[in-house]
Amino acid sequence: MATAQPSRTQTKLEPWRDPNEKPYVRIEKVTKKFGDFTAVDDVSLSIYRGEFFSLLGGSGSGKTTLLRMLAGFERPTEGKIFIDGVDMSNVPPYERPVNMMFQSYALFPHMSVEKNIAFGLHQDKVPKAEIKERVAEVLNLVQLSQFGHRKPHQLSGGQRQRVALARALVKRPKLLLLDEPLGALDKKLREQTQFELVNIQEKVGITFVIVTHDQEEAMTMSSRIAVMNRGYIAQIGTPTEIYEYPNSRFTAEFIGSVNMLHGRIVESEPDHSLIRSDEADCDLYVSHPGHAAPGTECWVAVRPEKIAITKEPPAGDNGRNQAVGTVKEIAYLGDVSIYEIELTTGKRVRVTAPMVTRRTEMPITWEDRVYLSWRPFAGSVLTS
Amino acid sequence: MAELIQSEMRHTGFLGLLQRVGLSGRALVMAIPYGWLLLFFLIPFLIVLKIALAESQMAIPPFTPLLETVEELKYQITVTFYNFHYMVTDDLYIIAYLNSLKIAFVSTICCLVLGYPVAYAIAKADPKWRAPLLMLVILPFWTSFLIRVYAWIGILSNNGVLNNFLMWLGIIDQPLQILYTPMATYIGITYSYLPFMILPLYSTLERMDNTLLEAAADLGCPPWKAFLTITLPLSIPGMIAGSLLVFIPATGEFVIPELLGGPDTLMIGRTLWTEFFNNRDWPLASAVAVALLLFLVVPIMLFQNVQGKQGGHP
Repeated sequence: MATAQPSRTQTKLEPWRDPNEKPYVRIEKVTKKFGDFTAVDDVSLSIYRGEFFSLLGGSGSGKTTLLRMLAGFERPTEGKIFIDGVDMSNVPPYERPVNMMFQSYALFPHMSVEKNIAFGLHQDKVPKAEIKERVAEVLNLVQLSQFGHRKPHQLSGGQRQRVALARALVKRPKLLLLDEPLGALDKKLREQTQFELVNIQEKVGITFVIVTHDQEEAMTMSSRIAVMNRGYIAQIGTPTEIYEYPNSRFTAEFIGSVNMLHGRIVESEPDHSLIRSDEADCDLYVSHPGHAAPGTECWVAVRPEKIAITKEPPAGDNGRNQAVGTVKEIAYLGDVSIYEIELTTGKRVRVTAPMVTRRTEMPITWEDRVYLSWRPFAGSVLTS
Repeated sequence: MAELIQSEMRHTGFLGLLQRVGLSGRALVMAIPYGWLLLFFLIPFLIVLKIALAESQMAIPPFTPLLETVEELKYQITVTFYNFHYMVTDDLYIIAYLNSLKIAFVSTICCLVLGYPVAYAIAKADPKWRAPLLMLVILPFWTSFLIRVYAWIGILSNNGVLNNFLMWLGIIDQPLQILYTPMATYIGITYSYLPFMILPLYSTLERMDNTLLEAAADLGCPPWKAFLTITLPLSIPGMIAGSLLVFIPATGEFVIPELLGGPDTLMIGRTLWTEFFNNRDWPLASAVAVALLLFLVVPIMLFQNVQGKQGGHP
């Protein structure tokens, strides 16, 4: 799980926490139906100036439809979209203060890179000299200055992607929409471009709304993420909030990998919850405020990297947050190893441990009896 | 070891036989279309060329032989360029050529102007309607070409459907003389060749990526302008293909000017017919045919060569 983030998140304001801040984009109870199929289901959300906002979801989650409604290619069946306080209901795409970078890049094949980029400026009747200047400037920004005269088919995938970005940026929109911008790139190039995108966004100070199915991409780049599932928003939050405090089984399972331990709430207090788990065969103590009443069925989500694996029984805590099992699978990935442990109840639990020693000295092997334990803050109690 | 692999790679049966005579399966597949062209295009052309280089005579066949036996083991080849020379000196042929090119050009433009909106409308129609609409475009081919041209006589004649309709509307009070004028030829050619324009245009427009238009709109371009700057330039290959398919056969058209055009509608196809059947001057008719072919094929080959050099992308 790459949660390494560019330094910006620490220093940046968090406008969504400021009640006086006005959202730049306001989506109000928007529903979009295609025939009987509901693609977007009663979505409301606010995006603030300067944000790098991700719409994250699997295919058919409605994320692209929502983006296309922001661009104006689809009209909401119900609800309204406001951009900078203006109702967009009757504004056609070509009059919106928004630019989009298409998943397929949609570069005009009969125009050179320069002409592609200048296209939007020509529509705005920008003077010729200024067009030249701005095209050169943005080509420099995406490091394609030498390629201005090439046609799109003479460029590599990564270069085309940058031309598409330049074409959308050159109009200096207030809001830039990106539809799976890195989808067509290979893994190495994608990781590199993620950071480039964030740097460019900081440089130009435009609000970015990005659609992606890649949770790693969303985690790396976003100020906030909206996780979408079957047309509705499952959770909105910063990458840390979404990863550490998922609000539902869907979000917990969609982002990263997670162990779900089934159980019933025994105690629900302002400072902790206590869960009797049948699957882990122990009591689970979670140090977050309890929300649900005792007796409620629930799942405790514990991330694999937060579980410690030992051959000796861990000390103390009355056997809470402790389970016993046998090692069934080991996957050696170089930097970490993934263990699959079968608990005494038959439940399989996944644990990742960093490889601080060489593999030859690996102390834990197949069919070993091991003890699993985790700290009270590691779990999240989920009731849905 | 290498020998063993080689012998294993060798095919048995028919393909093996081919390989032994030095032919691969690939060469065989390529030989079929080439053989077809050789048999049904090149050889007939050479025969026509041969006749064009002969002199007319009152005999069967009505031209002098290319190769004559003077005495045993002594042969004589007689070639005359008289026909080509005559063709250049007599205005009739040059005027007929130029007139053919003019009629074909104007008809091609008419087809383009009429065909583009039709192709565009079909390409933008709901996918379930496209096949039936295309079917309607092709439907006239199910009736004989000749009958369809005759039908236009019924429509265009002084007492025909069109004149009667216009008089009933009160737009005119005297029938318009359309039949047996160049106008009737234009109408006939445009009508007959319109599907050849629509089909390639449709396939170009239908394949066009719709997100390009969305991208144009996104960059601030209203739909009518996006049509001019994106759709139109990207459909140029379709326009060229359609125009060639109309222009080439229209230049040599015989039936339409013969049936619909007046005696003054001079086209090279008619001239050729007259030379061949009325004057029985096969060599001159052949020379006209050869010249027509060269006039049409050479520019098209040059054009394709230029296009090929520009690369596959428009």
